[in-house]
Amino acid sequence: MAAQIPFVDYLVLDDEPHLVARECTSCGARFFDRRNACASCFGTEFTPVPIPTEGEVRAFTIVSMAAPGIPVPFVAAVVDCGGTSVRANLIDVPPDPEHVTLGMKVRLATYSMGTDDNGTEAVGFGFRPQN
Amino acid sequence: MAVDDIWILGIHMTKFGKHPDKDVVDLAAEAAMGALRDGGVTMADVEVLAAGNLLGGGGVGQQLQKQIGQTGIPVYNVANACATGATALRTAIMSVKAGESQVGLAVGVEKLAGAGLLGGGGKAKSDGHTWEPRGRYGAVGPVDGRIGTETMPGTFAQVGMEYGHKYGGASFELFARISEKNHAHSTLNPLAAYTKKMSLDEIMNDVMIAYPNTRPMCSANCDGAAAAVVVSGEKLATLSAEQRARAVKVSASVLTTDPWQEACQVLPDVNTLTRAAADQAYEQSGVGPEDLDLVELHDCFATAELVHYDNLMLCPEGGAVDFFESGAPWRDGAKPVNVSGGLQSKGHPISATGIANIWEVCHHLRGEAGDRQIEGAKVGLAHVIGLGSACGVHILEKAAA
Repeated sequence: MAAQIPFVDYLVLDDEPHLVARECTSCGARFFDRRNACASCFGTEFTPVPIPTEGEVRAFTIVSMAAPGIPVPFVAAVVDCGGTSVRANLIDVPPDPEHVTLGMKVRLATYSMGTDDNGTEAVGFGFRPQN
Repeated sequence: MAVDDIWILGIHMTKFGKHPDKDVVDLAAEAAMGALRDGGVTMADVEVLAAGNLLGGGGVGQQLQKQIGQTGIPVYNVANACATGATALRTAIMSVKAGESQVGLAVGVEKLAGAGLLGGGGKAKSDGHTWEPRGRYGAVGPVDGRIGTETMPGTFAQVGMEYGHKYGGASFELFARISEKNHAHSTLNPLAAYTKKMSLDEIMNDVMIAYPNTRPMCSANCDGAAAAVVVSGEKLATLSAEQRARAVKVSASVLTTDPWQEACQVLPDVNTLTRAAADQAYEQSGVGPEDLDLVELHDCFATAELVHYDNLMLCPEGGAVDFFESGAPWRDGAKPVNVSGGLQSKGHPISATGIANIWEVCHHLRGEAGDRQIEGAKVGLAHVIGLGSACGVHILEKAAA
């Protein structure tokens, strides 16, 4: 099997792909990016925590105008995964307001973003409707 | 007037729109010289200059001095996203408040006509193609468009949708009607970039940018500048009766950033810092939202205007939809909002916006707004937000005498 690399470092590719946040050990604030310190309590110690793969759409937009190379229209959303907010695209759903709704239940899904010159496959993530 | 009060002595904005024959310095000079003339002072009186500009390459303050007067005064070049103009004004105000100067000049200027979509993109892929993690997310490619959107229309669309999800009642049509109001208001503003009334149908059927924001529901990229002269109460007392009568009191000048909240680094939280700024401004001025005769708020997108009715406490918490439905924010309503036409039609030359909205309020408080005058206006509020984020709120009051 060809080597894989996650599109972002907080996507874990194992039997059950999931996202992992950096959680502040003092106050519990969660972040997805590389940290210098905690924006909430200024603590400097973080521990990785897995994020639930199921959630609910709290906000979305259907983007029709985007940077060159981005296929449009696509659905950008904020998904509440058990109290942790995650930014992602909604995938495997027609990008129109009849099919995408606020409060919709969704589940993390991964997809191939293509292979590079070394044959390594990049794997991205999005959320798809649970039903 | 108390000696430590702050007053706007002179203020000016250029026409917003396309100015192909003028560069950034021309526009800044027009605004600055207009504000000085309006206040009856010259560069010889000015003791501090704060200049705001984002896309001009830096150092616009000194470039401006070289055109309108080099007097050796300190210059602060400031940049704070869409709150840059308010930040320039606030910088001049802080200098006067601190007693380091008695007369300050603030300028905001931008050349943005034809700039297109702001906020999206990222680095293009290089030719040799290997996935290589970069940046704070260890991403092997640009995240915009692949992990949600970083474009401004999409970001603010989600801000409005989130509000609708929380409180209900918001729909594509409701957001479009907010835009219909601002485009209707713009017909009375000769300095607006676009002054065409648009029907609800026209707005909803225009090009979709990021649902639910169609093109006319987005702020218009354009060129423009605005400038203001601020003075201390002590200085104002030495000026003529006419200057004193036209001076507008700055009852509150506040700048905030967003305190950390869950999700604020996922979708920018434009609510908490706006509410905090409004709270502080009402506290500083002793003015409440019920006292405001007009409000110019940062309607960078129709979806943003809705949430700021609530953030500025023009309505009870969760009541923004009802507030709009009541007709209150129309110019003949109980609480006129964006009678200038707002960013959607007046235009949004980023760094000019935070002074231009103050110009609009001053114009009404001075009774000089012509056809679009809000009769008897005594108190107004101007609000801007720059994503990232920074929020400026100023409360202005008509001179007592």
